[in-house]
Amino acid sequence: MKLHKKDNFSRRNFLKTSVLASGGMLIGFNFLTACKPEAKMPVTIDNLNFNDFNAYIKISEEGYVTIFSPNPEIGQGVKTAMPMIIAEELDVAWKNVTVAQADLDTKNFKRQVAGGSQSIRSSWSVLRETGATAKQMLMQAAANKWQVDKSTLKVANGIITNNNGETLGYGDVVKEAALLEVPEKVTLKALKDFTIIGKDALNVDLHKIITGQSLYGLDYKAEGMVYATVLRPPAFGQELVSFDATEAKKINGVLEVVTIGKKVRKFKNSGEKNWSFSLSSSDKVVVVAKNTWAAIKGKKAIKAKWKTITALESTEQHNIVLNAILNDKKGKVRREDGNVKKAFANADKVIEKTYSAPFLPHNCMEPMNFYANITKEKVHLVGPIQTPEAAANIVGKMFGFTQDKIHLEMTRMGGGFGRRLYGDFVFEVAEIANKIQKPVKLIATREDDMTTGIYRPSTKYKITAALKDGEISGYQLKEAAINGNMYGSIAHFFPAGCIPNYKVESGNYKSNITTGAWRAPYTNFLAFAEQTFFDELATELKIDPIQLRLDLLENLDPKKDKRIQYSGKRTKDVIELVREKGNWGNVPVGVYQGFATYYSHNTHVAEIADIEIKNGLPVIKKITVAVDCGIVVNPTGAKNQIEGGVLDGIGHAMYANFSLKDGKPEYKNFDTYRLIRMNETPIVEVHFVENNLKPTGLGEPGLPPAGGAVANAINAALGKRLYNQPFIKDLQKQTILG
Amino acid sequence: MPNYTLNVNGQQRQVTADEDTPLLWVLRDELDLVGTKFGCGIAQCGACTVHIDGVAMRSCQMQVSILDGTKITTIEGLSVDGKHPVQEAWKTIDVPQCGYCQAGQIMTASAFLAENKNPTEKEIRNAMHGNICRCASYNRIEKAVKLAAKNL
Ligand code: FES
Ligand code: FES
Repeated sequence: MKLHKKDNFSRRNFLKTSVLASGGMLIGFNFLTACKPEAKMPVTIDNLNFNDFNAYIKISEEGYVTIFSPNPEIGQGVKTAMPMIIAEELDVAWKNVTVAQADLDTKNFKRQVAGGSQSIRSSWSVLRETGATAKQMLMQAAANKWQVDKSTLKVANGIITNNNGETLGYGDVVKEAALLEVPEKVTLKALKDFTIIGKDALNVDLHKIITGQSLYGLDYKAEGMVYATVLRPPAFGQELVSFDATEAKKINGVLEVVTIGKKVRKFKNSGEKNWSFSLSSSDKVVVVAKNTWAAIKGKKAIKAKWKTITALESTEQHNIVLNAILNDKKGKVRREDGNVKKAFANADKVIEKTYSAPFLPHNCMEPMNFYANITKEKVHLVGPIQTPEAAANIVGKMFGFTQDKIHLEMTRMGGGFGRRLYGDFVFEVAEIANKIQKPVKLIATREDDMTTGIYRPSTKYKITAALKDGEISGYQLKEAAINGNMYGSIAHFFPAGCIPNYKVESGNYKSNITTGAWRAPYTNFLAFAEQTFFDELATELKIDPIQLRLDLLENLDPKKDKRIQYSGKRTKDVIELVREKGNWGNVPVGVYQGFATYYSHNTHVAEIADIEIKNGLPVIKKITVAVDCGIVVNPTGAKNQIEGGVLDGIGHAMYANFSLKDGKPEYKNFDTYRLIRMNETPIVEVHFVENNLKPTGLGEPGLPPAGGAVANAINAALGKRLYNQPFIKDLQKQTILG
Repeated sequence: MPNYTLNVNGQQRQVTADEDTPLLWVLRDELDLVGTKFGCGIAQCGACTVHIDGVAMRSCQMQVSILDGTKITTIEGLSVDGKHPVQEAWKTIDVPQCGYCQAGQIMTASAFLAENKNPTEKEIRNAMHGNICRCASYNRIEKAVKLAAKNL
């Protein structure tokens, strides 16, 4: 995804100011695109126009600052961290800053997406420059008032002081400041002068969350709103034939039963490409009711007939086809260095291992839901979505509305993990609203989410290494995934550039099971396979596993190869830091350690797992984590992300099983689908590498190495290598067999 | 549809609902108390936890018809303005990520600490294990419960 056209662009273009009718100053700015020169700034807050500016800062005459933060919040903390960056350069007290979630701009909003851990990374410079520009204009206004030179003034916490000790608050000069020219040059603060960035700031929605206020899509209500549940085909590969709604209609509160599907199909067939359209094009039965309970009961009471139109696939069969890809088929070569064939022919020893992982549903704690109201004149959409722009765009096309007639409000999201990148439920609710001509909220049950979801593809890896004279002379990795997983740049991650003869290839099996991005897509399982493989190679080569990584990194020369994605130095930094903080090799008797390191989403991470064994099963006690994500904007938020990512990684690697039989998912709810719970969690201790580099992602990078670190510790304790996720299946087999 | 009078957060509230309607949906849809969350609907995740006569219960499994004469407390009624020691601890520790599970976590923790003023770490981990946090903010929940126990 290309985020920046260029890094520096004219401030005059991306930032404009105006005086508000209600008093105060409004600063509009744009993260990634220079806006049109004729772009107008509104004079009232109600008229914020996100077509030209995708974010606004309001400074009131009382000196309070409101930041209209545009990025969707899925729990990754950007709603706190992004305004912190503005406040830092603006030099206001953090306690005088409030943050409001901005609605969607339907025209020019280029990066209103929460995904890929990129929010902070892609907006760091613009946020800083915006804050600094506003500060400079406020100072200039004060200088004009006092008739002194701006350079003689000092600012702290929103108060400007002159040489005579006189003060003016920002609020006192906002009106004048708003009328000044936007300066072309501003000076950014020296990093050492930061007072907000690098200090803990509490989650801005904290109070609302802990007092149970309406925040999430599921909480949203509108006048006259009805509730809808959707009955979708029970198996992948099936379509609706007919249904009987007699019983459903008898239920108190059920208003009507309708079908949808036509609009999506028509749109799909028109050749529009959108990643949500891998979803079923079957007709679906919708139960519309006065309340959620009636809608849920009504759906259960529908008697539907389904027909099979494409093969009903099963996990057993997937295992066979994926193994066949690994063993018998040529893959698509993603990268090839040196002469792999020769390296293997001349090897002293060849090690080959196969790794396997199931599909994974996202299981956001807040089930999928969305509100829509479609009238002749306009469309109103409200809810949790990671890709609001695409969703609004498609709804417009589907129902013949131009984008200025669509208003999309984003709510806080009860988790995303990739699932809310896909707007299928937005299109469904839009079709329902259009059909029944009422404001309506679609609500999915947990069973709907788990059985008609979009899954992390079931994936297998075969990794092979050639060993020669105590060195790794050749390395081959092959991926086989349902519908594909890997993409181009992954092949240029570690150990690319460290091993002379190297090859990565991938193959896939086209399936009718819907698959897609899942937290740390592409690498959430790859990291496990690779990092346990290197652990095994270290054992084979009789070398400390950390030392093996460090030795390999010595071979890397990124100057020679521009495709290399990771930094050797930053990888070494996190390895060294975790080795020290995690007391590698220096733990009490009965504690076993495992190590893994991984680079993803521009962030380098290394982890050490400490485990003990009780009743033949591992108890994970502690994970020490070292992270290089550049400058840490909000340490408490950053740690929270890493803690969560690590535990999420461990939980899914240990417990999460998912399978299909005859096209039907065999896991439907949390009674059988196992998520990690508090009594199974280790302490996660997070350390950051200190440097002055641009901040990078945090939502995802903690996850990939976690499973590998734990598996390697389990091997250290039990002498048992784990090749399949979830680990618990193989571990239980082992304990039962003694 | 029958009428019920429920005592919710110290107020008598009238609702009309089918007798099998779970308290969860009565709270959310009829009484506009949306702090109590829906996560699984089968008593497995704890997102819907409320207090019935001071005991933590799963509101997704409580039929409205059996609640006559009980005192129901939801997250909205746990304290005035979020001042319950458990809520205060949640703030100090900055627990939430997405935040969706947290009302349920707080309700479980507050009922547990009312019973057990001086819990061990193991007791806390066991008491809280019925509440899923998909964001896995477990380390902080554990810390916050410990802190609240100290401050109660
Ligand atoms: S919704 Fe009640 S326990 Fe999950
Ligand atoms: S904070 Fe997201 S589910 Fe707990």
